[in-house]
Parts: sequence; structure tokens; C-alpha cells
Amino acid sequence: MADLEYKVIVGLEIHVHLRTATKMFCGCELAYGQQANSRVCPVCLGLPGSLPVMNKKAFEYSVLAGLALNCEIAKFTKWDRKGYYYPDLPKNYQISQYDLPFSEHGYIEIPVGGGQVKKIRITRAHLEEDAGKNTHTSGNYSQVDLNRAGTPLLEIVTEPDMNSGTEVRAMAVELQRIVRYLGISVGDMQKGHMRFEPNINLVITKDGKEYKTPIAEIKNLNSFRALEGSVNYEVVRQLDEFERTGKVMVEGNKTTRGWDDAGRQTVLQREKEEASDYRYFPDPDLLPVVMTDEWLLEITERLCELPLKKQMRYVADYNLSEYDASVLTGERANAEFFERVVEAGAEPKRVCNLLTQMGLKVANARGCGLAELGLKENDVAKLAKMIEGGDINASAGDRIMQEMMTSEKGPVEIARELNLIQKSDAGELEVFVEAVLAENEKAVEDVRSGGKKSKAARGFLLGQVMQKTKGRANPKVVSEILNKKLN
Amino acid sequence: MQNKLLDMGIKELRDEIAAGRVKSVSAVEAVFESIENREALIGAYISTFKERAIAKARETDSKIAAGEKVGALAGVPIALKDNICSDFGATTCGSRILENFCSPYNAAVVEKLSAADAVIIGKTNLDEFAMGSSTENSGLKQTFNPWDTSRVPGGSSGGSAAAVAADMCFGALGSDTGGSIRQPASFCGVVGLKPTYGRVSRYGLVAYGSSLDQIGPITKTVTDAALMLSVIAGHDERDSTSVDESQAAVDDYFGGIDKAVDGLKIGMVTKFNEGADEGIRAAIEAAIEVYRKMGAEIVEIEMPYFDYSIAAYYMIATAEASSNLARYDGVHYGHRTAEPKDYIEVYSKSREEGFGKEVKRRIMLGTYALSSGYYDAYYLKALKVRNLIRGDFVKAFEKCDCIMMPVSPTTAFKVGEKTDDPLKMYLSDIYTIGVNLAGIPGVSVPCGFDEGGLPVGLQILGSAFGEAKLLRIARMYESQCQWGKKKATVI
Repeated sequence: MADLEYKVIVGLEIHVHLRTATKMFCGCELAYGQQANSRVCPVCLGLPGSLPVMNKKAFEYSVLAGLALNCEIAKFTKWDRKGYYYPDLPKNYQISQYDLPFSEHGYIEIPVGGGQVKKIRITRAHLEEDAGKNTHTSGNYSQVDLNRAGTPLLEIVTEPDMNSGTEVRAMAVELQRIVRYLGISVGDMQKGHMRFEPNINLVITKDGKEYKTPIAEIKNLNSFRALEGSVNYEVVRQLDEFERTGKVMVEGNKTTRGWDDAGRQTVLQREKEEASDYRYFPDPDLLPVVMTDEWLLEITERLCELPLKKQMRYVADYNLSEYDASVLTGERANAEFFERVVEAGAEPKRVCNLLTQMGLKVANARGCGLAELGLKENDVAKLAKMIEGGDINASAGDRIMQEMMTSEKGPVEIARELNLIQKSDAGELEVFVEAVLAENEKAVEDVRSGGKKSKAARGFLLGQVMQKTKGRANPKVVSEILNKKLN
Repeated sequence: MQNKLLDMGIKELRDEIAAGRVKSVSAVEAVFESIENREALIGAYISTFKERAIAKARETDSKIAAGEKVGALAGVPIALKDNICSDFGATTCGSRILENFCSPYNAAVVEKLSAADAVIIGKTNLDEFAMGSSTENSGLKQTFNPWDTSRVPGGSSGGSAAAVAADMCFGALGSDTGGSIRQPASFCGVVGLKPTYGRVSRYGLVAYGSSLDQIGPITKTVTDAALMLSVIAGHDERDSTSVDESQAAVDDYFGGIDKAVDGLKIGMVTKFNEGADEGIRAAIEAAIEVYRKMGAEIVEIEMPYFDYSIAAYYMIATAEASSNLARYDGVHYGHRTAEPKDYIEVYSKSREEGFGKEVKRRIMLGTYALSSGYYDAYYLKALKVRNLIRGDFVKAFEKCDCIMMPVSPTTAFKVGEKTDDPLKMYLSDIYTIGVNLAGIPGVSVPCGFDEGGLPVGLQILGSAFGEAKLLRIARMYESQCQWGKKKATVI
């Protein structure tokens, strides 16, 4: 199989839970991990006579996502009923959007390394209500929890534009960053806020001819690891299946598979795509939604700079590495904290070092953001300037910042108290240098001989001076004095 | 001789009660005495709440004694069609599948009745899920016409109409999807009003055809209907299809009821009358003559698409019903089959056992109409026809204030007469269905009797949200005639 030339084709269907206070069509609280069936009312229970009322906020959140995904927002959209029988669906129809989704024809840009981006086309995004949850316990029955029933669910469908597991993962990560930036979803994969369903197949070139393998749809993936793993597994599995059977894609031979996380493999769920007839029709209980120019403008004004754009700007304008930029832009609040420090006049690279090292380390350990560490933007900027100006060294900077998180004092005061201000006075340092040179004749000789050991000996002498000054000497100044004395 | 209190209209009774001259408790007791005497013959009620009603009546009486302000229906005994949810008693929809279903919440109209201090005395029989024209499709009991107990009361609000006609309540709520208020009102010789779609909240009305269903009053007089409408009308944020009052204000339906409409123009389609039985034709013509004498002008109008209304209706209503009734599956509430083999059988057997024949027929029709490959040819086409019918009415109302026609081609028919021929039953809805498709209001007013002594109804249709004018027009006729004063033979 190694000699087969092939291309991986993946399209994604993504479900995102919106973080509204209440459900899509009723006033029930959206809450996770509560007692089963404690967040329900006649509407989400589908009781006789109950009627849905659209959650306007959920609709606005969706439009915001549509705008961020560069979609066209429909001026007129409606609600449709999608009929199917399942115990977790109390009305036995789901309120969804069929032929007139609120947004279509967009794209998302994902990073593909080396500062490059790739556009993944978005086919459509529509809003619907989530179903409840069935639990199959032991015994001759199952249990249904309808707390989740009616949760606003944004469904995003992409074109089959991804060509590797890495790209699929990048797409998922990017989408997660976007929904979090927009504040429209918690985006917690473990809690099922985001669920992915990749459609995967291969285009294999053999003897100058192209063969498409049957599409496999992997249901309900809720981790990046599972998502990427399932794509990678499918590539191998489909290549193997093609080699063994020569099976190619035909109408109706799409299969549905699940992901076995422990075995790290996909498993067959349904052999043949059943031609389901959902008997869609416009929901007579809900009015169509007309998007006026004013309303759209109002929503558009809530857009923010998107994470990838921000990340690329940090690389271009601040000279940060792609990695650092991606770490800083991981969460919108962190990125904005970083920007405020930079605006206070500090050098971006220094600020980045302070924040991505000590800052995020502590923040992650506490499970909070940079802005919740008790740091004032002005103080962090001052601290960065102190490092920049050689008043303190980098490791002292980390120490001072840690202190700043619990202290009312500014960085200069803390540096003084902790005796961390560097000795930069050449006259004062010369005394230390001379003492070290006198004590290490052998090393001095090695440096002067200019041989192989010269560089190491110079470093050794510098280290000795630092030790003598208890680390508070400015290494740049010491280095200059050493050079002067030794050359 | 029955209790004299029962001869009162709603307004009269309410004012007597509010003035402390009549006790609400006495009115409730009179009604229950009447129920006890006649229910075995009529079968109007699926459930009654005597204790609760008397307690409510006492509450109102003591409020009045204490000089507190009371509502527009203070102490008046009112019945509910049993597809309107109440948090007391069961809400069965006349179906075995919901026979023991108790709603945990009240419909919007029940809240409004309670806020007006009405006393809800019971819930009335209906064709299962409001599907039918004779109340014979009830899965729970049979209702008979108070004018001739060998005949049907009409349907689907047959229980409500029969209860009003037999003085087993002072007024009742029904629901009208294709004529289900107006047709039984005409069969039972009482007044039935279907308001404009969106005028009354559907929250808590168990859905049959969601885009057609509307709750309305069934009463002894037009004035009473106006009073009840003024209590139940209005926007409800829980029903997205209930109309914003800034777009269509709720008028004072009751206050101006006795004011005649000057220069009244009545639209008629001559051929419509020709389709009705002789006795009905004569009664309608006599009624028109009464209007003519009051100075009304008769305008011939055209309704070219009216003939297609039955076909369009039975696509749209059944399509919506097939989806609305999907929830009755034995999983969450309602009847569940005893020993299902697997979860598929929970669905199939529970539904098979719980639904009656007509409901199954309509679910199948609707499912078919919505199926992929048929949707465009059936459902979509029906929606287009619906728009054309709507257009017919809009055009007609440019030429007239109201349209008059029969309610039904026949008076009350014999029990069992049409049960074997569903198509014949469907065709009897010809005059009432267009109104629902167009969403406009319509009222049925008693206008005499046929040669067999059975009541005939005059149907008057108004333009959307024109209930105030429509009721005034109906009242003009009522004030000239005494048909409503005649008591049903059972009394």
C-alpha cells in the first residue's frame, strides 16, 4: 500500500452548544451536571399544548458566528420541523432549519504552519435545538434525561476541504478559539459543548486512474485527539480496504462509524446510509425571522478581532514567534491583557516572555486568566522596561512578577527589597572582575591562548563573577570588562 | 321547570352575582343540577369538578361580600373543551392515549378565565384531538344533540355546544380548526365564534393543525360571545403566533355590541346557498331579508378558489397533525402498551392502541403529504391554494363588510349516518374551512329551524381582526329575532 498515491478528503459537521442563559425555545436554565430532569418545563418536555418561543439571544449569537465565519447572513430565515422518533426527542421532531438556514457560503482560515493559512469553505450554518440524553443502564429499560433537550445548537457544515488529520485538528482548534473569542460558547469539548463528525474518504491514484473510497462518517467526536486520531485511522483503514477489496464510492455505500477511544480505532455502526425521510416542513408555531439591516449592523458591531488574525498580527508587528503568538492569543482575555501591557509602552517580546512564562504558568495552575492574577498592566510594563534597561535580569523579572501578584508594591520597590537590582556600575564590578582573574590564573591563560578552550574559559570566568556578586551583576557589563581586561 | 337562573345570559348573571343579588354558588348548583338531570341523555362532559367549582364560587361570593372588585365573568359557570390544558382534572383530548393525562399547567385562556373570576365546571367531549364533525370520533364517550338525542351535536366541539344548548353551563370554550366551533354551534342552536388566527393565545390548546387552530367561545347569545372574547383575547408572549396588539389592537367587543353597522354591505355567493339543504336555504334567505329590512345592501361576490378549500385543508391540517401528534408515543406520558418487545413497540403498539381510526387516518394522510417526493405536489401546493383562498377573501372584503353563508349543508344528522364514509363527512365542512385557511373570524348565529325542527345556523365572516364589527353585525340580527330564546327539546 505504500506505493499508492492518495489524497485525503475530509469535510466536517460541527455542533456547538451556545452559552445562552436559557434554552432555545423556552425559559429553562442551561446547566450541566444537574440532577436529571430538573431543568425542564412543558415546552422542552414537549407536553401537549406547549409552544416554542425563539430565544433571540441564541439567534444573535449564531449570526455572530456566521459573520466570524464569513458567511452570508440570510435576510429571511425560518424554522422547520425535522421528524424522527427517538426517546430523547420528546416531541419526536426537532426544530431545526432546513432549506433556508440563517447563513451560508462562508469560510474559515486555519493555520497550516510557516505563517501560512488555508481557507476551509463553510457550506452553511444553522440553528436548532439539541435533544436530551438516553442512558442505557442495566435492566430491561433505558433512562432519559431532558435537561439538555432544547439547548441551542449551532450546526456548521464545511465543504470537504481538509486533507489531513492535522488540518482537521487545526480547523477544530481554530473554531473553538473563535466561538470562545465571540463569547458565544464555552466550547468545552469534554462537556459536549462541541461535537465533531468528520466525513472521510480518499482519492487514490492507481495506474493513472482515480478511485474514490466510500465515505465514512464518524459520529460524535468530542476531543481533538479523537478527531485527529479518527481521521488518521480512517486513512490507513480505507487504504487497506481498497487494496483488499477495491471497493469504491457508490450511491448509498456511505458508512457510519464510531470512535473507540481506548482502542484508538473507528468501529462500524451502520453499514448502509439509510435514506431517512425526516418529513421536513415549516414549523407553524414559529414566525420566520427577518434580519433587518439595523439588526445586522448591531450584531456586526459586537464582532472582535479574530484569534488567527491577532496571532498573525503579533508575529508581523511584534516580531513574536508563531508559537508564542498562538499561546498569547489562545484566550481573548489573555491577548487583550497582553495588548494593554504593550500599550503601556513596554517592548512586546519582553512582555510576551514574562506573560507566557511566569504569567501563564501561574494562571493555568490556578485555572484563571492573566487578568485575574492581581497584576496591574502598568506595573508589568514597568517590569518589562526594567529588564529591557538592564536594571534586573530575566529570572529576577519572573521572581518580581510572582511577588507582584500578591503585593501592593510596584516592581521597582520589590526589586529593591529583594535586592535584585543588577550591579551595572563598571567601577564597582571591575573590583569583582579583578579578584576573579587573580584567583583563576589557569582560566585566564586559556582565554589568552585563544585555543579551543578559550570560549569555555571565558564563560567560566563570567560565571565566577556572577557567583561572587550573588547573581546581581549585569552580565553584559561584566562581559565588557572581561573583554577589556583579557584582550 | 328548570331553575330560572339558567335562563340568564352571562352578562346578566355576572351582574346579579357582582351585585350580591345572586350567589355564584347558586348558579353553580343550578348548573350541576341540570348536568345531573341531563348528562345521561346528552353526554356532554368528559369530566366535571363540582367540589372545586363550588369552592371557587364561594371564594367569589365572599370577595363580593367583602366589597372587593371582581372580574368580568365573576362567578359564572363555564365549561372547557377537553383539549384545553388545565392543571386540575385530566386533559384527555377525547383520546384513549391521553385518557389519564393530567397537565401540570394551565392554558393561557384558563388563566384568563380564572383572572376574570369565571368558575370552570368541567371539560367537554370532542372528536379525538378535535378531528371530526360529529363528536362521534371521541375515544371516550358519545355526545347527543339536545334538540334530538338520536342526532349528533356536530363537532369537534360537540360537547361544548351541547352543554350550552342544554343549559349545562352558561358558556363554553371550543376550538376551531376547520369549523369545530361554528358547526356544532349551528347544530345545537347556539352562538359560536371563531376569532381571527392570532387573536387568542393557543398556549395550552393541544395542537391539531397549528396554523389553523383557534380557541373561541360558544354561548347562548352574541352578546355573551363578545363578553367572553373580550376576556380571552390578547397577545401572549408564550405563543409566537399570537398577534402583537400594536399591530392589531384588541377592541372593546362588548361595549359597542348593540351599535348597528351603518350602511352595512353583505357579501354573498349565490351558488353557495344552492349547495345547502332546502330548510337551510330558506332560513338563510329569511335572515338576509331581516338584514335587508334593516337597510343592508347585498353584494354578490366571487370566491373562485373556495371549491379547493377542502382539498387544501385536508393536506395542511393532516400534515401538521401528523407532526403534532408524533409526541404521543408512550415514552414520556400518556398510554403505554403493556408489554413491549422493544422500544420500537413502545411507539407502534402504544399508538396503535391509543389512537382511534380517524386520528390514524389523518396521521397517515399527513405523513404521506410530507414525505419526500410528495411534499411539493401535496403540501406545498396546498399552501399555494391557501394563499389564493386568502386572496379571495381580501378581495371580497374590499366590496363588503361581511360575508354570509350557511355553516353546514345540512342540519344535525343521525348518529352513525356518516361514520362509514369519511369523505362525505369531510365534504360537510365545505362552508367553514375557508375561514380557517384564510385566518379570518367567523361566527355562527341561530337563524331558525328546518322542517324537522332542527336548528339552522347563519355564518357571518369578517375581515381579519374585525371581530368587533362582525359581532355587531351578528347582534343586529339577533336583536330582531327570538330564535335563541327557544329552548332545546331536552329542556
